Amino acid sequence: MDKVLSDKRVIALYVLPSLLLILAVVYVPIALTGYYGLNEWNGIGAMTFIGLDHYRALLQDRTFWDSAGHSLLLAVFSTASLVLYFIVALLLSAKLRGVNLFRKIYLIPMLLSSVAIAQLWLKVFHPSSGILNRLLESVGVANPPAWLAEPSLVLYALFVPILWQYAGFYILIYYAALVQIPSSLVEAAKIDGANAFQIARKIKLPLAMEVVKVTVVLAVVGSLKYFDLIYVMTDGGPNGASEVMASYMYRQAFKSYDFGYGSAIGFFLLVICLVVTWGIRKLTASKDKIEYS
Amino acid sequence: MFKKSGNILLLTLSLALALAGCGGGNGTAGDAAGNASGSGSGGSAEATASGGNESGSDKVEISFMHLWPEGISAGQNKIVNQIIEQYETEFPNVTIKPEVLENEQYKNKLKVLSASNQLPDVGVTWAAGFLQPYVEGGLFTPLDDLLGGELSGKFVNGTTEAYAIDGKTYGLPLEFNITPVYYNKAIFEKYSLAVPETYEQFKQVVAALADNGVAPIALGNKDRWTGSLWYMYLADRFAGQEALSNAIGGSGSFGDESLVKAAAEVQALVDAGAFVKGFNGLSNEEGKAEFLNGNAAMYMMGTWELPNFTTNEDIPKEFRDSVGFFKFPTADGGKGNIDSWVGGPGVGLFVAENSKVKDEAKAFVEYFVQKWGELSVTGAGVIPATKVDTSALQLPQLYVDLFNEMNRASSITLFADVQMPAAAAETHLNAIQSLFGKAVTPEQFSEEHDAAVSEAK
Repeated sequence: MDKVLSDKRVIALYVLPSLLLILAVVYVPIALTGYYGLNEWNGIGAMTFIGLDHYRALLQDRTFWDSAGHSLLLAVFSTASLVLYFIVALLLSAKLRGVNLFRKIYLIPMLLSSVAIAQLWLKVFHPSSGILNRLLESVGVANPPAWLAEPSLVLYALFVPILWQYAGFYILIYYAALVQIPSSLVEAAKIDGANAFQIARKIKLPLAMEVVKVTVVLAVVGSLKYFDLIYVMTDGGPNGASEVMASYMYRQAFKSYDFGYGSAIGFFLLVICLVVTWGIRKLTASKDKIEYS
Repeated sequence: MFKKSGNILLLTLSLALALAGCGGGNGTAGDAAGNASGSGSGGSAEATASGGNESGSDKVEISFMHLWPEGISAGQNKIVNQIIEQYETEFPNVTIKPEVLENEQYKNKLKVLSASNQLPDVGVTWAAGFLQPYVEGGLFTPLDDLLGGELSGKFVNGTTEAYAIDGKTYGLPLEFNITPVYYNKAIFEKYSLAVPETYEQFKQVVAALADNGVAPIALGNKDRWTGSLWYMYLADRFAGQEALSNAIGGSGSFGDESLVKAAAEVQALVDAGAFVKGFNGLSNEEGKAEFLNGNAAMYMMGTWELPNFTTNEDIPKEFRDSVGFFKFPTADGGKGNIDSWVGGPGVGLFVAENSKVKDEAKAFVEYFVQKWGELSVTGAGVIPATKVDTSALQLPQLYVDLFNEMNRASSITLFADVQMPAAAAETHLNAIQSLFGKAVTPEQFSEEHDAAVSEAK
């Protein structure tokens, strides 16, 4: 058996199916998308090769950069909220009474599809009958804003359900990392007189750091390509105030029938994601690894 | 746990996720397009299926995609099923395979299917600007021979023309719509308001309602074409039908003084609190709900909405009985005629150019259009694009009144977003939302339009 598994040809044979699959469904479409970006194409008729014109136009497209700014803002918010998720995970991993219930509560949004979450929050944000404005009115706010119709507010209003939606996911990851930490380390620290904050800061955070790095990448890249909830809730409006890169790509390709330009945006988005991922890896690369056995 | 090997594994995993994720964002685009390049030799699954049936015996399968789901358009859905059933009984060798999608999804799917050349044999399309790329891409087949046959002279004047490009007709219209302002008689009575006949009176009605804390107009402008209707009417009444049509068609300009005035009037209405709170963040369905709940006094919408005000049992009879309509009032000094409408043919049917059962599909379309004309009046309460004798039928008064208005119309301007090519329509719709949200001035609004229309030509 060992002999078979160390045979390079056998390894190649086993890897081949999934390799082909990945090539076909991931890398080939990516390459094609890049190529379509070089063409003037409405998605139906004939393609006209125009070289880098779309990419050049993209660099000067104010709407695109606005949407990129919105995506970036979302990425900043998501990353910042990781702190909150980590604290919640810390509390959950402590053996407190009633923690079990909260573990389940935080996971619920993960079980819902984005569209269901969007419908739910549309009801919450409804300008006249929504629960949020009803609450505000009942505590004396005379004229609460129409959250999703105010260009200056809409983006922040959308961040709430988005952050809520992913809370369970990150809390779960952190929780899993934290419960892996051997209790002997924590107990030793306790005997040495460390308080809960010191334990979290000096022991738990460093030991969970590798996981934190991964979640930062996930949060940033996830934010940059975020689409579904925004599409359902505001469709990028009003006046493009909540347009993000992915929804702008969709608008160009499917609504303006500019498939070539939409593909260029998609490809550009991929490049941005890769650069950002690489950047985060570089920034967070630690020299001294903390290990325990 | 986090030894080096685990480390690398995690990071590779995250990188792979990032990559896959980024790819996922445009996966549909890439996939669909990927299919397109390969479909020349492969052919579509749909076509192969029906082709296979053909070779076996005389049995024919026609795939048919439409946009009347039971939950949203109950009346229309019932009629479609009825027609299909009848057709299959009359022609036992034919099987119709329907597929139903909701409006926006339908448009998206049609787009993807056409990119991969897998259109259904028969499907639903919109007129003019929507139709254009499909025709230019050679995806729809001309249906002129059907116009000369049994359907000759059956269509209401001006309906099939909107489906013609370069002298050939690529779709047969099913519906014909005009857009009145519906109003809640009970609310008007409560505040002793009269139906406005001039724009001045209309503004007084709006002010009176707003003063009493009633939202004057239900509007869901997240969908943007809803706001476009208001601009269209103001433009028509101030500048006249011709100036508006010319501007949309590119021979005139949106910079026309009266057209700019119309855009300014939109903002004046917003300032007067004419529209429900948060209208730019509400979908048409949500906006409509404000009217159906009796929270808003007026609602402007196409006649496809009629069943909700006449026969739809899900809506309280008390409300349905209190719905009336009026024509958009004339403006003092404006060039528009009160009998000039915004509207036009609604959806129509196309037959795919590369359908394996083209002749059978055409025969089905011919049959469908005819039956639809008869059934849509009594069954769904919508106005068909074919001529119907309504004198012998027992119909709701609201329906009859609007039907008569349509026959009296001095002109009917096709919805701007349907009339314009897709890219220009998108600019128009965005500009409408900005105009309502006061993010642009009326002058900027006009300039954006002129730029988009001239670029699209």
